[in-house]
Amino acid sequence: MTQDTADQTGNGLVLPRYRRDDVDAHPPLLSPGYKSTAVRAPRQPLIYLPHRLTEITGPLLGEGRLGELDHDLTRQHDGEPQGQRIIVHGRVLDGDGRPVPHTLVEIWQTNAAGRYRHAVDNWPAPLDPNFDGVGRALTDERGHYRFVTVQPGAYPWKNHDNAWRPAHIHFSLFGRAFTQRLVTQMYFPGDPLFFQDPIFNSVRDPKARERMIARYDHAGTVPEWALAYEFDIVLRGRESTPFEDEDDDE
Amino acid sequence: MSERLGVTPAQTVGPFLHLGLRWPDGPYVVPEGTPGAFWIRGQVFDGAGAPVVDALVESWQADPDGRFDHPDDPRGARPPAVPGFRGFGRSETDAHGRYALLTVKPGPLPDPDGAIEAPHLTLSVFARGLLHRVVTRLYFPHDPANAGDPVLRSVDAERRGTLLAGPAPDGFRFDIRLQGENETVFFAV
Ligand SMILES: [Fe+3]
Repeated sequence: MTQDTADQTGNGLVLPRYRRDDVDAHPPLLSPGYKSTAVRAPRQPLIYLPHRLTEITGPLLGEGRLGELDHDLTRQHDGEPQGQRIIVHGRVLDGDGRPVPHTLVEIWQTNAAGRYRHAVDNWPAPLDPNFDGVGRALTDERGHYRFVTVQPGAYPWKNHDNAWRPAHIHFSLFGRAFTQRLVTQMYFPGDPLFFQDPIFNSVRDPKARERMIARYDHAGTVPEWALAYEFDIVLRGRESTPFEDEDDDE
Repeated sequence: MSERLGVTPAQTVGPFLHLGLRWPDGPYVVPEGTPGAFWIRGQVFDGAGAPVVDALVESWQADPDGRFDHPDDPRGARPPAVPGFRGFGRSETDAHGRYALLTVKPGPLPDPDGAIEAPHLTLSVFARGLLHRVVTRLYFPHDPANAGDPVLRSVDAERRGTLLAGPAPDGFRFDIRLQGENETVFFAV
C-alpha cells in the first residue's frame, strides 16, 4: 500500500480506504411506500464517520460456523422438499471486481408455497416438513458461493391493499471489514410483482435495482436435475494499487 | 484491473430475520465465565416509543489491549488477549425489544490523526422497517478518554449522551431509539 492510496499520518498508522457508497446506491431509510419505515427510520441526519480501526476491520468468520449440508437446503431432512429445485450461485466481489474470498454468506427464504417456517408467518399456505429455508456457505478463494434450494414463492403482506412480496431470497454478507457488511434480497428475473413492491422499489435508481435480480443461467443448470440462477453480490470497494492486487491474489 | 462495479443495494432483513441470522452463541463476544466479562443490555425503541421486537443488534470491537485479529490492522493481526474473544456479537431483540451481549471492555485505539479513540463498540441495528442497517457507537460512562475521543467530539454536545452506556447491575445499559425524542446518534459509514 502506498501513500497515494491510504492515509499516512503523524503516528504512522496507514489504513486501507473504503470508498463511500453513492447517494442512490441504497434505499433511503425513510421510504413512505414501505409503511413501517415511518416510525423506524431515524429522522436526524446521519453523522459522517471517518473510517478508523474499528471500521476497516471486521469479523472474519469461517468454517466453524458451517455444517456439512448448510449450503444444500434440499438435503437437510429425510425427504426432499416440494417445489422446483434450483441452484443459486455467484461471486462476492468488491466494487473493483476483486473477489471477496472466505466470507460467510447466510440466506433464508420461504418454501415453494411462499411460507416461512417462522412463528409469526401464519398465512394459509402449507409448511413443508422437509424444508427449513435456511442456508450458509463460505465463498471460496475466487469469491464463489453455491446453494442448492427450491424456488421460493410470493407471499402476501399487509403493507397496502392486496400487497404481495415478489419471490426473493434474503442474503446476509460480512465481507472483510465492518464497512462492507450488507443485508440484501435476491429477486428473480421477470417477476410480475415488482411494480407494486415498495421494498424492491425503495431503491430509486433502476440500474441499482437490477443488481438485486439474479440472472437465469442456462449453462449452470444440471440436466434432468435443477435450473440455475447466478447472483453476483458487490460489496463496497477499496482504494488499492496494482501491487496490492498481486498480494491479494491467491 | 479497475473495473468499477456498483454495489448491491441493501434491503430490509424483514420480520423473519431470525431464521437466517439466529446463532445460539450470537450474544457471546466472549465465552461465559471469561474473567471480567459483563453484559450490555438494552432495548430498541421506535419513534412511537414502542419496543422493536424484531430487531437484530450486532457489535464489533477491539480486544482489551485495543487490538484486532485482522490482517488490515496496520499494527499487525494479533490473536486476542482474551481466550475465545470473537470481537463480534449478535443479539436479536425479544418480545420486549431487549437485546443482550456478553463482552469485555475494549482498549483505547490510536487514531490516524494522532488522537486516541476512547474504548467503544460499534453497533449495527437491522430490523423490519429499516431498509439499510443503522450504525451507532457505544461508549463507556466516566472513561477519562471520552473527552478526547474524535467521534464523540464530532457530535453535538446535546446528543452525545445517546452514545454513552449507563451502569447496570451486571454490566451496562444501552438503549437505542431509532427515532423521536432522544433519537440515538447514527453514523454514515
Ligand atoms: Fe421475505
